[in-house]
Amino acid sequence: MTFFGLETTGDVAVIYFDQEESRVNTLSTAALREFAEVLDTLERDPAVRSAVLYSRKEDSFVVGADIGEFSTFETPEQVVALIREGHALLARLERFPKPVVAAVHGAAVGGGLELILACHYRLASGHPKTKFALPEVNLGLLPGLGGTQRLPRLVGLQGGLEMALTGKFVYAKPALKMGLVDALIHPQGLLEAGKAAARGLADASLKRREPKHDWRSRVTSTVLERTPLSRVVYAQAEETARKRTRGNYPAPAKIIDAVRTGQERGMEAGLEAEARNFAELVFTPQSKALVHLFFAKNASEKNPYSEARPVTRVGVLGAGLMGAGIAQVSAEGGHAVKLKDRSLEIAAKGKGSIWKDLSKRVGKDRSSFERDLIDARIQPVEDYGALADADLVIEAVLEDVVLKQQVVRDVEAVAKEDLVFASNTSSIPIHEIASASKRSGQVVGMHYFSPVPKLPLLEIVATEENPEWVLATAFAAGRAQGKTPIVVGDAPGFYTTRIVSLYMNEALLLVEEGVGVREIDGAVRDFGFPVGPLTLLDEVGIDVGAKINGVLKRPFAARGITLSSRGEALVEAGFLGRKSGKGFYVYDKSGKKGEKEVNEALARFVGATKRDASPHEIQERLGLIMVNEAILCLEEGVLRSPRDGDVGAVFGLGFPPFLGGPFWYVDTLGAPEVVRRLEGLERQYGPRFRPAALLREHAKQEKLFYS
Amino acid sequence: MTQRKVVLVDGLRTPFRRSGTDYLGLTSYDVARAALRGLLNKTGLTPEQVGLVVMGNVVQNVSTSNVARDAALGAGFSHRTPAHTVTMACISANQAVVSAAEAIRSGQADVAIAGGVEVLSDTPPQFPLVVRKRLYESQRYGSPLEYRKLLEGVSLSEFVPKAPKVAEYSTGETMGESADRLAAAFGVSRSEQDAYALRSHTLAAQATEAGKLEADILPTAVPPDFNLLTRDNTIRADSSPEKLASLKPVFVKPFGTVTAGNASPLTDGASAVLLMEEGTAKALGFAPLARLGAYTFVAQDPGEELLLGPAYATPQVLERAGVKLDDVDVIELHEAFAGQVLAVLRAVESDAFARAKLGKQTRVGDVDMDKLNAWGGSLSLGHPFGATGTRLLTMAARRLHDEDGTLALVTACAAGGLGHAMLLERVVGAR
Repeated sequence: MTFFGLETTGDVAVIYFDQEESRVNTLSTAALREFAEVLDTLERDPAVRSAVLYSRKEDSFVVGADIGEFSTFETPEQVVALIREGHALLARLERFPKPVVAAVHGAAVGGGLELILACHYRLASGHPKTKFALPEVNLGLLPGLGGTQRLPRLVGLQGGLEMALTGKFVYAKPALKMGLVDALIHPQGLLEAGKAAARGLADASLKRREPKHDWRSRVTSTVLERTPLSRVVYAQAEETARKRTRGNYPAPAKIIDAVRTGQERGMEAGLEAEARNFAELVFTPQSKALVHLFFAKNASEKNPYSEARPVTRVGVLGAGLMGAGIAQVSAEGGHAVKLKDRSLEIAAKGKGSIWKDLSKRVGKDRSSFERDLIDARIQPVEDYGALADADLVIEAVLEDVVLKQQVVRDVEAVAKEDLVFASNTSSIPIHEIASASKRSGQVVGMHYFSPVPKLPLLEIVATEENPEWVLATAFAAGRAQGKTPIVVGDAPGFYTTRIVSLYMNEALLLVEEGVGVREIDGAVRDFGFPVGPLTLLDEVGIDVGAKINGVLKRPFAARGITLSSRGEALVEAGFLGRKSGKGFYVYDKSGKKGEKEVNEALARFVGATKRDASPHEIQERLGLIMVNEAILCLEEGVLRSPRDGDVGAVFGLGFPPFLGGPFWYVDTLGAPEVVRRLEGLERQYGPRFRPAALLREHAKQEKLFYS
Repeated sequence: MTQRKVVLVDGLRTPFRRSGTDYLGLTSYDVARAALRGLLNKTGLTPEQVGLVVMGNVVQNVSTSNVARDAALGAGFSHRTPAHTVTMACISANQAVVSAAEAIRSGQADVAIAGGVEVLSDTPPQFPLVVRKRLYESQRYGSPLEYRKLLEGVSLSEFVPKAPKVAEYSTGETMGESADRLAAAFGVSRSEQDAYALRSHTLAAQATEAGKLEADILPTAVPPDFNLLTRDNTIRADSSPEKLASLKPVFVKPFGTVTAGNASPLTDGASAVLLMEEGTAKALGFAPLARLGAYTFVAQDPGEELLLGPAYATPQVLERAGVKLDDVDVIELHEAFAGQVLAVLRAVESDAFARAKLGKQTRVGDVDMDKLNAWGGSLSLGHPFGATGTRLLTMAARRLHDEDGTLALVTACAAGGLGHAMLLERVVGAR
């Protein structure tokens, strides 16, 4: 057998899930068919009275469906048929005459969770690695193995909907509380306890207990879920989904539909809706884009270089928001971190801000003690001498080339011979910084995105001088920090800054044309970006944006592109963004959430006559200018692959995930169509929209970036 | 200069009583005082002869946080005798013994008393930090109206004091959960644990009936009634396999294996030993019970092997003394949980464990059960955290004489993933 092993002791059989040649177990058609054979064997063996389902993988139960299989699907009918087959198997398991206990240690995710939902008793280890989720929604799909039916029946409508709609992990203790699992035990005793439970179910000495819900959830479940008032729950879920997706993601509505159909018209109808909806979703461009990103991100996380040198001690220069964020992810990755700033007081404050951020997760997936261990790895310092033993120093000082060059010299005066010096600059060419170094080949760019603990992207900027071990080391350090790295060339603005600055520039131009701030941000959010460009500029700081423009001005000018100089004027007039309380929006000190007010003073300062722009115009101008620039980056070799370009734009800049990234988006729209639209924009707005040569080539030869 | 040798002259303990029974209403100071005075009375030592007092204690009463000093003064010891309290979870008294022994070895004292005390009946309740902070700030309140601030924004339920959990600080895991896990990891079944617990209670009851514990137990009468206590009330002489099997698991429900029946009970009590430099003992006319030999403290990851210390400490002391497990005649192994004892025995007797964890080719040795805890152990005699160490030591020494042995091994695990072992050598010709 490829997936399962069967061992019987006395009257209890243990079904070991142990997928061959794989670190984890996944559910595929082949695995499910083999499981059916296992059930056949169990049914035939009169000595067996009950069974335990148990994973032989280390700290992992079943991580989900075999996503690779989705790309082999050809027609919705074929998918529906496959799902029906899966449904039939799980229905058989559910009605199996001999009780089957799921004994779960590690993640039981997606199909893994759906599999145990069809078992008769769920036992889980109380270990932090044990967690449950239905993450299909993140791939633009829905749980297709009865998850939309069995989960709400087991844990209630609200809890079930939430899991299916958010894909969030539920850890062991909350899972027990919500009734998702029946009992917990330590991993060491899990299998024996599973056998005990199986025997207990077989001889009826063990009954599944009703979860002890508190009175509040009991009231909501009886009042809201078992009466016509359940409409309220669905309406609320739909409303939340609509707000979150802005209509760009079809999966949540389909999930709600499948759940609702099952609740109102019975399991069979529900399963049928689930199968149908899954088959529809799996062929949507949104799902294909999300699946593409899933694989692209995974692929990006493999170090393409060898000879990485070990990094155990990291120095971070600058204890501001950026530096503290880098120090935090480094410490979380196990590095011993020296956080350096001008004075010990400032460095200590930086450490304090890290402690506060780390504390936010305490009580969720981290204990206060684990927080303390991370905190203990960070030492605030004020002298360069403290960096003498560092393997890697990452500078996050102000964006000033002279300052950065000085910092290189100061660090090198004390550092080890094989120190890797990384600059977290968003736009200053690395070779300019490296020119101050005695070992310029060991100076590399590591460009993080703020807030560093949240945003996954790391842009590694490789100069022509970097030997492979330096890139390998930077990459490995970034992975230890939990980052998804892409490696880009050392051209002005690298990749992300370059494409985002044209996009921001376009937003500024729209403001100058008199288009409303809220209209611009709203249209871009409808397009699928998580925040609008002007809100983002306020957050980053209009001065920071202006500084970046300063660096990019010349290379863009060479292409006949004039960047708006309005940013500098705004800075001079004191409009710095959130930090000065006024930017495109007004920020009051209370920092309360909700709709921000547009800053009319800025509009007056700009002094344009108001004009309306259609959301379409805004989306086309901002979206396509970014896409075109990304293709130019690939053409010029700044990007090494379309995949890097998609990963960088989505995970660093928030490019709409359902579009799959700039390159995937072009493939979806068709290069000829994109060229046509860009040419239209070029005619209207000038050379900044001139289609990249590579794009034209793709259009001419009908080539795809992903074939 | 030859090394000064340390001998165990005598030892005693108060009867060990379940928490919440006879010693309820007393503090660690009271019970420690009884043991310290008892040792003076029993040995005829004058207070001035004692050069040092060291006591182990885990759950401290904040009024007497250096309970060794307060209890020594209260017991009529000389105010010129230094005294300090050490804490190392369940091996606190072992640490007290080592502290005192090293002071003797280095010539700082010729005569020292080491011991330990625990009165879990006097466990201080705790308020959450937010309440403690408010209460502290309230000391500065000027007007009665300001006391409003005490409660503002804090739920009243926070003001209900809570008993501290016997949980590992770093992992949050209770000791019982960890023992349950350890037993499972070594494949120790529930029935094996129950059987071992029964053995402990049976042996303790037999030893008590045979009067073997009398030399150790200080008859103690405490307020308010001053009823004389001469025995431990922790021993369940009437236990049976059926009774033990009927108990539900208390830490890991419902499929765990550790129950109240196969775990040591929360216990109050104190114990103490008199240690002397060997020549001093001779000069003062004492006949020592045993000589202190090699010892060690070990530490493991509390998340992985909280209670497995003896499996690491035992091979270390044996190696240091150049002896084998078979050469040991008497073993006193702390019984926190039956599952923990059996897991330790399996580890000691496992070649795989020796290879994986000890860097040795073969197992430490096979344990002759006749040598192990023949008069009962912490499961049956009780386990006052801070006092168990010196109870083990004295019992090992007495058994050497009773069983005509030469070498005894004392070993124990402790919270924090800590462990200890010490060898005792019977002093020949004495008694």
